[in-house]
Amino acid sequence: MNDSARSSGRLKQTERVKADSLGPSAMIAQQAIRFVPSARRMLQQLGPERPKLAAVVGLALASMALTAAAPIILARATDLVFAGVFGRQFPAGLTRDDAIASLRADGSATADMVAAMEHLVPGQGVDLSAVALVLLLALGVYVTSGLLSWLQGYLLNEVVQATVRRLRNEVEAKIHRLPLAYFDRQPRGELLSRVTNDIDNVAQSLSQTMSQSLTSLLTVLGIIGMMLWLSVSLAAIALIGIPISLAVTAFIMRRSQRYFVEQWRRTGALTARVEEAFTGHDLITVFGRRQEVNAAFDRENQDLFAAGFGAQFISGLIMPTMFFIGSVTYLALAVVGGLRVAGGTMSLGTVQALISYAGQLTHPLSQLASMMNLLQSGVASAERVFELLDAEEEAGNPAPLAASSRRGRVAFEEVTFSYVPDQPLIEDLSLVAEPGQTVAIVGPPGAGKTTLVNLIMRFYELRTGRITLDGVDVTSMPRGQLRGQIGMVLQDTWLFEGSIRDNIAYGRPDATDEEIRRASKAAFVDRFVGRLPERYDTVVTEDGNNLSAGERQLITIARAFVVNPTLLILDEATSSVDTRTELLLQQAMAALRSDRTSFVIAHRLSTIRNADLILMMQEGQIVEQGAHDALLAAGGPYAELYATQFQAALT
Amino acid sequence: MALLRLLRTYLRPYYPLLAGVAIFQIGSTGAALFLPALNADIIDQGVTLGDTGYITQTGIMMLAAALAQITGTAAAVYFGARTAMGLGRDLRAAVFTHVGTFSRREMGQFGAPTLITRCTNDLGQVQMVVLMACTMMASAPIMLTGGVIMAVREDATLSWLLLVTVPAMVGGLRFILVKMIPAFRVMQPRIDQVNKTLREQITGIRVVRAFVREAQECARFDQANRMLTEVALQVGRWMAAMFPVIILVLNISVVAVSLKSALRVDGGLMQLGSLTAFMAYLVQSLVAVMLATFMLMMVPRALVAADRITEVLDTHSSVAPPATPVTDLPRPGTVTLSQVDFSYPGANRAVLDNINIEVEPGQTVAVIGSTGAGKTTLLSLVPRLFDVTGGHVEVGGVDIRQLSPEILWERIGLVPQQSYLFSGTVASNLRHGKPDATDDELWTALETAQARNFVEAMPQGLDTPIAQGGTTVSGGQRQRLAIARVVVRQPEIYLFDDAFSALDLATEAQLRRALEPQTHDAAVLVVAQRVSSIMDADQIVVLDDGRIVGHGTHQQLQTGCNTYQEIVRSQFAEGEVA
Repeated sequence: MNDSARSSGRLKQTERVKADSLGPSAMIAQQAIRFVPSARRMLQQLGPERPKLAAVVGLALASMALTAAAPIILARATDLVFAGVFGRQFPAGLTRDDAIASLRADGSATADMVAAMEHLVPGQGVDLSAVALVLLLALGVYVTSGLLSWLQGYLLNEVVQATVRRLRNEVEAKIHRLPLAYFDRQPRGELLSRVTNDIDNVAQSLSQTMSQSLTSLLTVLGIIGMMLWLSVSLAAIALIGIPISLAVTAFIMRRSQRYFVEQWRRTGALTARVEEAFTGHDLITVFGRRQEVNAAFDRENQDLFAAGFGAQFISGLIMPTMFFIGSVTYLALAVVGGLRVAGGTMSLGTVQALISYAGQLTHPLSQLASMMNLLQSGVASAERVFELLDAEEEAGNPAPLAASSRRGRVAFEEVTFSYVPDQPLIEDLSLVAEPGQTVAIVGPPGAGKTTLVNLIMRFYELRTGRITLDGVDVTSMPRGQLRGQIGMVLQDTWLFEGSIRDNIAYGRPDATDEEIRRASKAAFVDRFVGRLPERYDTVVTEDGNNLSAGERQLITIARAFVVNPTLLILDEATSSVDTRTELLLQQAMAALRSDRTSFVIAHRLSTIRNADLILMMQEGQIVEQGAHDALLAAGGPYAELYATQFQAALT
Repeated sequence: MALLRLLRTYLRPYYPLLAGVAIFQIGSTGAALFLPALNADIIDQGVTLGDTGYITQTGIMMLAAALAQITGTAAAVYFGARTAMGLGRDLRAAVFTHVGTFSRREMGQFGAPTLITRCTNDLGQVQMVVLMACTMMASAPIMLTGGVIMAVREDATLSWLLLVTVPAMVGGLRFILVKMIPAFRVMQPRIDQVNKTLREQITGIRVVRAFVREAQECARFDQANRMLTEVALQVGRWMAAMFPVIILVLNISVVAVSLKSALRVDGGLMQLGSLTAFMAYLVQSLVAVMLATFMLMMVPRALVAADRITEVLDTHSSVAPPATPVTDLPRPGTVTLSQVDFSYPGANRAVLDNINIEVEPGQTVAVIGSTGAGKTTLLSLVPRLFDVTGGHVEVGGVDIRQLSPEILWERIGLVPQQSYLFSGTVASNLRHGKPDATDDELWTALETAQARNFVEAMPQGLDTPIAQGGTTVSGGQRQRLAIARVVVRQPEIYLFDDAFSALDLATEAQLRRALEPQTHDAAVLVVAQRVSSIMDADQIVVLDDGRIVGHGTHQQLQTGCNTYQEIVRSQFAEGEVA
C-alpha cells in the first residue's frame, strides 16, 4: 500500500517533468522502478476475462491437485514393493509383530523401519496385482490431469490473446484522443517504438509467461500443501527455502528491473534515431554526415547493449540461485528424512514422497525464475505502454449538437494562444468571416497563419477567448462534428498506403465513382493518373516515392473536394504544384469556394486580391483587415507588402 | 538458410565467448547430472541402511556439485548474454550502416518504415533466439545425452524405456510444431500490418483528424488487430497442447518405470535409490527436450526476421563508389549534364530524356516545368542520389561516377523540396553541413537566409530546440533554416529544389539578393515554380515531360518557347502587373 502510494507519487513527478521539458533526457533520472505496481496493473488488464480466468484457475487447481496426488499413489506402490521385499525375508506364517520382534532380537538396524511398514505380510513377496492396480490408478490420474491442464492452457490462451488485443485497441483509441501537442513533443520513432516494440513485447511476455507462471505457482503451492500434509516438520524445512528464494529473487530483480526499464527506453531512443536517419537519408548523404550519424548511432547502440546485457545477465542469475536453494532444501530433507527413516518414525515411502516433492519443487521454482526475465522485460514495456495510456487526453468532448442550418459564419473572440507557455504567439485576436466569404491570410512566415487555421480545426486548445461557428462555441460541440463541416488541405501531403482512389475518397468513403472522377478532374489528378499503368488503382506507397511532391499535393486537393464541406481551409495548398496547373486549379477552387466560407493561405496575388476579406498578420496579430482595394487605399502594412511583394517582384 | 548465414558471419568474433558458454554449460550440466546419482546414493546407502554419516558425507558432495552447477550456469549466462547482446549490437550497426550506403533508389525500394522495423524489431527476434540458445538451449543436448548415459548407467535394462519415451516425445512435439510453423509464418506479416497501420496513423494524425476518420481508422486497426489475434490464437492453441503432452509422456513413463521396477526390485535386481535416480534422469532428459521445444517456438519468427534482415544486407547500393576514385577537380564550381537519360527501374517511360545543361562558376541555371516533369529527379542526379541510365553528369570537370562520393558531397549544398530538420537545436541543424562553424558564421548564414530576425526572437536563440522534422517551426521558417544550413557550408554547387515555395515574394526577393555575393564563385542550380524567382537566372531550362523544350534567358524564352510563355502567362496574366 505504502509502496504503491509512493510510486504513484513518483509517476506524477515523472509526468510533471515530462510536461515541462521537451527532451526525454530529463526523465532518465526520474526513471523509478515500479515493478510491483506495473506488474499488478498488467495483470489487471486481464480483468474483463474474469469468468474464463476463474475457469482457468479452477482447471489448473484440479490438474495440479491430481498431479500432486499422484506421488502419494506411487508412494503406496513403493511401499507395497518394499513391504514385499522385506516380507519375503521372513518365513510364511509368522505374524508381522513376530517378524519385527525377531529383527529386534537380532539387533538389526532395520527393525524400526520394518515396523513402520503397514503392508508387510511375512513370507509374502510383492503383491503384484495390488501394485498394478495402484499404478493403473496413477496412470488414470495423470491422463486426467493432462487433459485438464490442456484445457486450462487452451482457455488461458484465449484470455491472453483477448487481453492483448484489447490493449492494442486501447492504445489505438488513445492515439486518437491525445492532443496534437503530444505528437509534436514526442520524437516520432520513440512513440512508434512504444506502440509497436513495447506492445509486441508485452504480448510475447504475457503469452509465454502467463500459462507457465500460473501452473508453476499453483504447483509450488500444491506441493507445499502436500508436504505439509505428509509431515509438518519436514515440510517446514522445505518451507524455509521459500522465503529465502523470494528474498533473493526480489534482491536480484530490483537490480535487473532498472536495466530492463533502461533497455526499453534505449530501444525507443534508438528507434527514434534510426527513424530520423532513414527519413533524412538523402540529406545526411549529401551533407556528408554519414560518419557522425553512424558514430551517434554506435554510442546509443552501445548503451542499448549495456542495458540489455545487464538486464539479461542479472536476471539470468535468478534461476541458478533458485536451483541452488532447491538443492540445499533437497539435501536437508534427505538428511532429516534419512534420520527419521532410520529412526523408524517415518516410512521410507513417505520420505521418498517428500524428497520427490522437494525435487519437484525445484522445477516449477526454477521455471518461474527463468520466466522472470521475460516477465520483467514485459513489465518494463508495459510500463511504457501505460505511460502512453495515462497521458493527458484532449479536454472534454461534449455531446453532439442538433444539426442546425449550416451557414459557415466563423468568429474569433479575443483569442490568445501559444504552443509553449512562455512564448506567446497569438494574442487577443478577433475576426469575423461571414458565410460564403473567402478570407485570405497573408503575412510573413512565422506570423501565425497556419496556427490560425489550426485553431479553427481545434487542433489545439485556446489559452483564452473563444471561436464560434454560426454562433456556437466550437468547444461545445464534439471535435468530429466541427471538423466534419470543414474541408482542409494541409501543408503536409500525407497519403496512406492504398490506391489513389481510396486516398481521394478518404474523407467520404461512400463517395461514388462519379464523384471521385469529378474531384480528380477538378484537381488535375486525372491528368497524371492517366499515365500510370494501373491508373486509379495505383498504390501510393507510404513514402509516396512513386509520385512527385506536386502530384501528391493534387491528390490531397482532390481529397478535400470530395468532402463537400461547409468551410474550406487551404493551407499553401498548391505550393508544390507548377503554376500552369495551379492557374487552372484556381478556377476549380474558386468554384468550390463560391458558396462556402473559405480560409486561404497563399502567396498568389489573384487569390488574395479576389478574397472578400484579407487578414494581414504579423507576429501573431492581425494588423490590418479588409478588402484588397480598401487596404491598398489605406496605405498600411498590406499596401507595403503589396508593393514589395507583387509589384517589385514582377517588374 | 538466412538465419544460419547471418549467425555464421556475425557470431565469428564471439567464438571465444561461445566456447565459454559451451564449457560452462557442460560443466554445470555435468554437475546437475551428478546430483541424482548422489541422491540415489543417499537413499540406497544412507537412508535405507540408516547410515547418517554417509548421508552427511554425500550431502557435502552434493552441495559442492550444486555450487559448481550454479557457478557454471551463472558463467554461461554471462557469456551467453554478452554474445547475444553483442551480436544484436553488431548486427544492428551492420544493418544501420549498410542502409546508410543506400542510394535513393534502394531507400525507395524498401521504404523507410520497413527498414526501421527490420533494424529494431526483427533484429530483436534474432537476438532473442541467440540469447535463448546460449542460456537455455545449449544445455539441452548436453542434458539429454548425459541424462540418457546416466540413466543407462543406473540401470541398463530399464533404459529401453528411454528408447520409447524420447522418440514418443520428439514425435509428439514434432507433430505440434509442424502444425504451428505455418501459423507463425502468417503471424509475422500480420504483426507488420498492425505496426504499419499504427505508424501510418501517427504520421498522418492531422489528416485523420481533419477528415474525422478516427472511427474508421480504429476500425481499420481493429481489422488488422483481429487478423493478428486470430493467428496468435491458433499458435497459442498448439502451444497449450505442448506442455500437457510432454508432462503426460513424462508421467506415463514414470508409471511404467514404477511398474517395471516393482517387478525387478522384487527380484532383488535393482535398488530403490537407483529407481529414484533413474526417474530423475528420465525427467531431466525429457525436460531437456522440453526446453529445446520452447526454443523451437521462437525459431520460426526469428527465421522470418532473419530473411528480412538478410534481404537488406544483400541489397547493394546502385550507386557504387569507384574503385580508384578521382580526388582532383580540374574545374571547380561547374556542373555539366550531357545527354542524360534517366528512368526508374521497371518503368518503361523515361523520366529524363537527353538532358544537356552546363553551369559555370558564378552562374545560375534555373529549371522550370510542370508537376511531374522530372525537375526533382534532375537535381537528385548531381549529388548521385541516383545514377543516370544514359549519358553522364560531371562535377568540377569529372564524371561523378569516378569521383569519391565524399569529395562530391563536400562540394554540394542541397536544399530539398521538403525542408527537413533534424531533432536538436537551431545551431546543431545549421552545423550539419559544417560541424566546426562558429556562432558568427551561423548568424551570417541566418542573415543571408532572412532567418536572423526570427531566430533572434526565439528565447533561446541558436540553442532553441527543434523537434524532429522541424515541426515546431512554421513551414516558411523551416525552409529558411534549411537554406541557412546550406549557406553555412559555403559549397561550390548550390542545389535549390523548389526551396522558396513557402516564402512570400518579398522575403524571397531579399533572400536571393543576399545570396548573390555568397554564390559568386559557385554554380547554382535552381528548381522553381515562380517565374519571378528565376527570371534573372543566366540560363533557364524549360522541362516538359522529361525533355528540354526550351533553353535560354528569360527574354529569349519569352519569344522562343511556347511552354515558357504559357508558364509566364499563368503567373502574369492577372492584368495589373505587366
